[in-house]
Amino acid sequence: MQSKPLALTILDVVSIIVLAISAYLALFFAPTEAVMGQVQRVFYFHVGTAWVGLLGFLFAAITGIVYLVTKDLKWDRVEVAAVEVSLVFFFITIVLGSIWARPAWNTWWTWDPRLTTAAITELIYIAYFMLRQSIEDPERRARFGAVYTLLGGISAPITFMVIRLFRTIHPVVIGNQSAAAQGGFDMTSDMKVAFFFALFTFTVIFVDLFWHRIRLGDLQDKVEQLRLKVSM
Amino acid sequence: MATTTEQATRTASTRTTPITPSFFKAMFAVVQKDLAAELRSRELLSAMLVFSMLVILIFNFALELEPDIRRKVTAGVLWATFAFAGTLGLNRSMAIEKDRGCMDGLLLAPVDRAAIYFGKVISNLAFMLIVEAIVLPMYGVLYGVNLFQPGLLGVILLGSIGYSSVGTLISTMTVQTRTRDVLLPILLFPIIIPVLLASVKASGGILSGAEFSEILTPLNLLIVYDVIFIAIAFMVFDFVVEE
Repeated sequence: MQSKPLALTILDVVSIIVLAISAYLALFFAPTEAVMGQVQRVFYFHVGTAWVGLLGFLFAAITGIVYLVTKDLKWDRVEVAAVEVSLVFFFITIVLGSIWARPAWNTWWTWDPRLTTAAITELIYIAYFMLRQSIEDPERRARFGAVYTLLGGISAPITFMVIRLFRTIHPVVIGNQSAAAQGGFDMTSDMKVAFFFALFTFTVIFVDLFWHRIRLGDLQDKVEQLRLKVSM
Repeated sequence: MATTTEQATRTASTRTTPITPSFFKAMFAVVQKDLAAELRSRELLSAMLVFSMLVILIFNFALELEPDIRRKVTAGVLWATFAFAGTLGLNRSMAIEKDRGCMDGLLLAPVDRAAIYFGKVISNLAFMLIVEAIVLPMYGVLYGVNLFQPGLLGVILLGSIGYSSVGTLISTMTVQTRTRDVLLPILLFPIIIPVLLASVKASGGILSGAEFSEILTPLNLLIVYDVIFIAIAFMVFDFVVEE
């Protein structure tokens, strides 16, 4: 049984500390936004989680390609870890965005390009897990998973471009072009501190969770092999 | 000895270089096989057609397609119908290969696997186009719109190419899974959304008599999608059928 690496334990502690600092910065240190008021504070974590969410999906597509080239199941475990952690972060992004949109746009949801693409991206990666679940052979599961993350990673940006086309031509209640006006604001220097620190915080948390998830995958793999050995 | 080496190199070269006469021969052999089998059984086309009719019928009541609403939603109704009927066809077309061990036979053939992929894409595309060719006039008669406009037919062709190229790749994956036909639409639809959106946009523009410059952007995106995904599918198909 391999014990938890010390560096990972340290990273756990660091994650908690930076999250606490970031929460303080976002909730107290940053000035209250003049027009939107307190609800604007959701913005710091919203962008933070979105950033790591996209980072993870991009990473998954790249590791998918690496897996297809190397055929090393280690990369498959990295890919699953990236998708799984990102899926959760991206979901948090959408929820936080909705909380902000309710007072700022007067609606929980609008079919704006960004929101729509986010929803479709979530669906792509949920489908990814459904695909994996219905394949037993680990090697085939890895191959199909890699192919699907690649397809998803390419399709999502095209979806964004196509939807933007839709919304700019059609008149909508909350226009895409006026998105900056509908809840846009200029950041003061204190806000920038909170903003960039939130990005940093979520990057640290992402790396921490990612590492944990890869480790979990490795352990699962080991258990599986031991079980096979016992049954033989 | 020399001849064996020569033979070996020849087989190797047919495997690695995709564009050779035998590539097209193999591709059209797959198409021919699918079309001949379908011509005899007519299982797939009849199922797709009846299903399309039912979808249109359901839309008719669900949306209460009155003349003024109809004008705006025709493109959407048509593409939703094609998308749903398409999954039916893709599932069936791949299930036949899998169930009777036909896929293994195809894979054992000493031809480039891309030829098998493109063969399947072309036959799936052919089935889709046949269904569309019957659904369009029928919709036209039922709702009194003229759908036989060259621009619209072009958009339908481009959209169907994108749909069947990605659909063939994904259905090749899903037939090898436990949940099979349930999984195909779930995997396919989120990936295919750009095609559907761009097609609906372009078709809607053509039907409402918009200027060409307005249709140009969705049309371009449709072409870009088709090119990118055919290239990607061409590259990854080997990984999907590998045993």
